[in-house]
Amino acid sequence: MTAIVSVRDLVKTYDTGFRALKSVSLDIREGEILALLGPNGAGKTTLISTICGIVRPTSGQVTVGGHDIASDWRAARAMIGLVPQEIALEPFEKVFRSVSYARGLYGKPPDPAHVERVLRQLSLWDKKDSAIQPLSGGMKRRVLIAKALAHEPRVLFLDEPTAGVDVELRKDMWAVVEDLRAQGVTIILTTHYIEEAEAIADRVGIIAGGEILLVEDKASLMARMGRKELKVDLAQPIAAVPEALAGRGLTLGTGGLSLVYSYDATQERTGIVTLLTEMRAAGLPIADIATRQSSLEDIFVDLVRAGR
Amino acid sequence: MNLQAVRVIFAKEMARFFRTILESLASPVISTSLYFVVFGAAIGSRIETVGGVSYGAFIVPGLIMLTVVTQSVANASFAIHFPKFIGTMQELLAAPIGFTEIVTGFVGAAAGKSILIGLVILATAFLFVDLPIAHPLAMLALLALTSLSFSLFGFIIGIWAKDFQQLQLIPLLVLTPLIFLGGSFYSIEMLPGPWQTIALFNPVVYLMSVFRWSFFDTADVPVAVSLVAIFAFTALCLGAIWWIFRSGWRIRP
Ligand SMILES: Nc1ncnc2c1ncn2[C@@H]1O[C@H](COP(=O)(O)OP(=O)(O)OP(=O)(O)O)[C@@H](O)[C@H]1O
Ligand SMILES: [Mg+2]
Repeated sequence: MTAIVSVRDLVKTYDTGFRALKSVSLDIREGEILALLGPNGAGKTTLISTICGIVRPTSGQVTVGGHDIASDWRAARAMIGLVPQEIALEPFEKVFRSVSYARGLYGKPPDPAHVERVLRQLSLWDKKDSAIQPLSGGMKRRVLIAKALAHEPRVLFLDEPTAGVDVELRKDMWAVVEDLRAQGVTIILTTHYIEEAEAIADRVGIIAGGEILLVEDKASLMARMGRKELKVDLAQPIAAVPEALAGRGLTLGTGGLSLVYSYDATQERTGIVTLLTEMRAAGLPIADIATRQSSLEDIFVDLVRAGR
Repeated sequence: MNLQAVRVIFAKEMARFFRTILESLASPVISTSLYFVVFGAAIGSRIETVGGVSYGAFIVPGLIMLTVVTQSVANASFAIHFPKFIGTMQELLAAPIGFTEIVTGFVGAAAGKSILIGLVILATAFLFVDLPIAHPLAMLALLALTSLSFSLFGFIIGIWAKDFQQLQLIPLLVLTPLIFLGGSFYSIEMLPGPWQTIALFNPVVYLMSVFRWSFFDTADVPVAVSLVAIFAFTALCLGAIWWIFRSGWRIRP
């Protein structure tokens, strides 16, 4: 598959001297849905804003559809739609006009039928003549999405589209995303919610401290996320893992007071029952058992540590 | 050039003007009428004529310039500062539009409004005084050029300003004094000797002089000098805006 957005060694140092992006390289494949996950201040918005032309890159290169964003910026930007993280809308403008305006900015001739389609899809049609100011926060976010779709972009950036949004809108939004994917639109979204990435993304990228830590197919990441640990507390400490249980991948906890078994929760046979039976047969005094699932948090922590 | 973008920006800016057409036009008309009453009637009864022109007629070009310059700066600076303030500037920055489209759209609309207001004041003036217009075409061209150059200037202020207070600062501290001292309501020949020389450093003097020339065919400063000064000011503003978009100064972090 070809890369529709290609980011090479992108660095952004703000005027404050803060380096928000430290040499980011990323290829986004045509037609895919990429979820960018990362903690607050990771640089997600900075990365998106730089690709979209809102923030000036300090160094590095970005192409969109083969067009360099510095030398061929008109062609590059014409392909992009952006739903910004912050809701910023003209308070007194009417919904329909605001969306038509956004289309015009991208050089497209007026097309009321397309604007109507977009508004209907986002359940905004009955609000088309309403001023923006009195709309609820979720409605305003819909307007932002409608504006981004007004010029039929090939690449759509959604910066935390579901932050502060109810279940209803979240579902609507995912439906819109699915629809766009069917039309071949490439979608990049940022989120703090792993479930969101799980629900709609093809690939997941993790960014922290201005660096891309990994970009991986959702399936393989989910498998990693699916690792669980079974911790068996023992009534009396043991010196080593008993002979009979060797080869099961057990590790001994601190003080010899526990055994930790790591397994794949997505597998049908986890091996827990067999293990517990064998432990009893080996005469281990089981005091308590607990399971723990590795979370995105753990993966973050592991990755950031590994990066140091 | 992205013509659709220019069209929608221009249309949106003009729509705001027409939405508030009464306020937009009423205030300049009312204040002009007040100036006529105060200056024309009160002072005019003491000063009969200036260079052979009745004082009431003499102040008309000054009144038009006063309003056109302040309105151009106010409209253009607000038009571009507002999106910066509420954050919709991002929409403009991410769109495939640059210096040409943004300036044509925003400055074009601001200048268009000023021209309309200038014409309305002119029409109002005809109700009060007998007004000769020696060079009507030149008068219209100068009206348009002044609106354009000061809208460009206002655009720069709108980008420069970090808040609404700063937005008021330059018009209040620099522009208003320059306009009042620029011979809006008197000929600089009426000033005492040294002040005549000092006045020549005031750019508004050139503007006022040439505009008055288009009405009465007499000027304080040679017409050619005035024209060069106005074109130089326009070019300077255009250059500054071009640089702003190139460098991203105060618009792109
Ligand atoms: N204009 C700016 N000037 C200086 N520093 C900035 C600017 N914009 C962002 N930063 C800093 O850059 C870092 C990355 O910010 P960014 O908004 O890209 O993070 P993010 O990943 O989008 O975070 P969040 O999840 O909170 O939206 C932050 O530390 C932020 O303070
Ligand atoms: Mg962000």
